[in-house]
Amino acid sequence: MIRLEHVSKTYPASARPALDDVTVDIEKGEFVFLVGSSGSGKSTFLRLLLKEETPTAGSVHVAGKDLARLSHWKVPALRRSIGCVFQDFRLLPNKNVFQNVAFALEVIGKPHHQISKVVPEVLDLVGLEGKSQRMPDELSGGEQQRVAVARAFVNRPMILIADEPTGNLDPSTSVGIMKLLDRINRTGTTVVMATHDAAIVDSMRRRVVELSMGKVVRDQTRGVYGYGA
Amino acid sequence: MRASFVLSEIGIGLRRNLTMTIAGVVTVAISLAIFGAGLLAQRQVSAMKDFWYDKVEVSMYLCGDGSKGANCNGSAVTDEQRSQLLQEVSANPLVAKVYYESQQQAFENFKKQFKGSPDLVQNVTPDALPESLRVKLKDPTKYEDLASAFRDSPGVEEIQDQKALLDPFFRVLRRLQLVAWVVAAIQILAAVLLIGNTIRVAAFSRRRETGIMRLVGASNLYIQLPFLLEGVLVGIVGAAFAAAGLAALKAVLVDRLLKPMLKFTAFVGWRDVIAIVPWLFIVGVALTGISSFFTLRRHLRV
Ligand SMILES: Nc1ncnc2c1ncn2[C@@H]1O[C@H](COP(=O)(O)OP(=O)(O)OP(=O)(O)O)[C@@H](O)[C@H]1O
Ligand SMILES: [Mg+2]
Repeated sequence: MIRLEHVSKTYPASARPALDDVTVDIEKGEFVFLVGSSGSGKSTFLRLLLKEETPTAGSVHVAGKDLARLSHWKVPALRRSIGCVFQDFRLLPNKNVFQNVAFALEVIGKPHHQISKVVPEVLDLVGLEGKSQRMPDELSGGEQQRVAVARAFVNRPMILIADEPTGNLDPSTSVGIMKLLDRINRTGTTVVMATHDAAIVDSMRRRVVELSMGKVVRDQTRGVYGYGA
Repeated sequence: MRASFVLSEIGIGLRRNLTMTIAGVVTVAISLAIFGAGLLAQRQVSAMKDFWYDKVEVSMYLCGDGSKGANCNGSAVTDEQRSQLLQEVSANPLVAKVYYESQQQAFENFKKQFKGSPDLVQNVTPDALPESLRVKLKDPTKYEDLASAFRDSPGVEEIQDQKALLDPFFRVLRRLQLVAWVVAAIQILAAVLLIGNTIRVAAFSRRRETGIMRLVGASNLYIQLPFLLEGVLVGIVGAAFAAAGLAALKAVLVDRLLKPMLKFTAFVGWRDVIAIVPWLFIVGVALTGISSFFTLRRHLRV
């Protein structure tokens, strides 16, 4: 589903590569934690999958496509097959919950009747039934992140990318979000999640890829956050 | 593409930066109005040319008693020379029409022309005025060709082009027109830059939305179209104001002020104004569209 081969990425303005000869293979339906200290290259890794950045060397394959060969105008189609969740939720403050989720479908040209059918379904799935008319500032952080997950998942992407989705949440709220991501993963969606949250990684016991200074220093099938733990 | 979505996005965008939108409309309107005025002036010039050139003639003055012309040999034109000339001139392919004006006819015309100054008329006798051939050319600019063909013919004293009297006047008009073009070009440049800036501000103020749109895989067209249409809408509204301004110019300046004052010439008609209006819209849409397009390419990358 996702394959990086000898991928290096050096940003124009910096001397040190953000990613250095990274080779990782992720199967369909896997749940992968990306861990590592700040600046180790986790977000860069995820941005490469979306073709928001292009690698300096090496190749990236997503869903069978070589991203280097993917023409400019096919990038939107790639992104439709990948859902994204971020630490800062990225909701539109002037739209309510329903509209925020519907927005993701409107802008890819989905018809109205389909939107009004699938949005309530996905809001139920993420546990926001009855809150569809709330504005984002009337929701708790955890609820806002659920809206973001709903928006990422409403188009039923093959891959879900999460960059520190629990970074702004307290531990118990984080557990709720993780249960949600786990549920989504069980529908067959491949999940790649960058995180600093040791407790979550340790409790989930899923595959862990650790980056350090842009290099893969560990790739464990049922890993924990740190070596010692 | 869902039209309702695009329309609501445009509405939000235009309202969110209303002052910039108004500034954009005003600059576009002014630049297009000046541009249109330039076009109208051009049509005014050609209306005047049509009017005047239709009336101008080439006068071929024939020798009289004691003429000093090189082809006269000091004596008046003979009947033979006159009929020969008349025949040759009317056979010339440049010539549309030719008629003969005798000294007596010239005197009658002179009296009519200067009936306001009887002193002048009293001092002139038919003998003092030369007889002439009055030539109307098919193309009034071809004077030189005709003149060189007959300048040395016997019996011709002098050839005069009435059009030459008008030329300085048209030269001034052409210069004024050039000034209008330059001002319009500067204004249009200002409009392009302002529209570009308006779109840039609009794109910046909606970077959250466009960021999310990119992320969920909205196509470039979908992301950029509302901004592009926003710019083009400014162009259309600006062009509409410019058209209204031009119509006002025609109704007030031309019809009310100039027409009653200057009875001797033709003026642009409503047909000319109507012919210009589509160009205002075409240029308005093109310049705002192009400026938005390039701004978006720079500031709203995928
Ligand atoms: N747009 C950019 N331009 C230049 N350098 C960048 C850019 N983005 C990231 N970097 C650099 O690349 C390296 C990796 O950054 P990245 O954001 O991938 O790290 P991270 O693992 O996500 O860190 P964090 O845990 O703090 O989010 C860092 O040294 C960072 O300074
Ligand atoms: Mg990061």
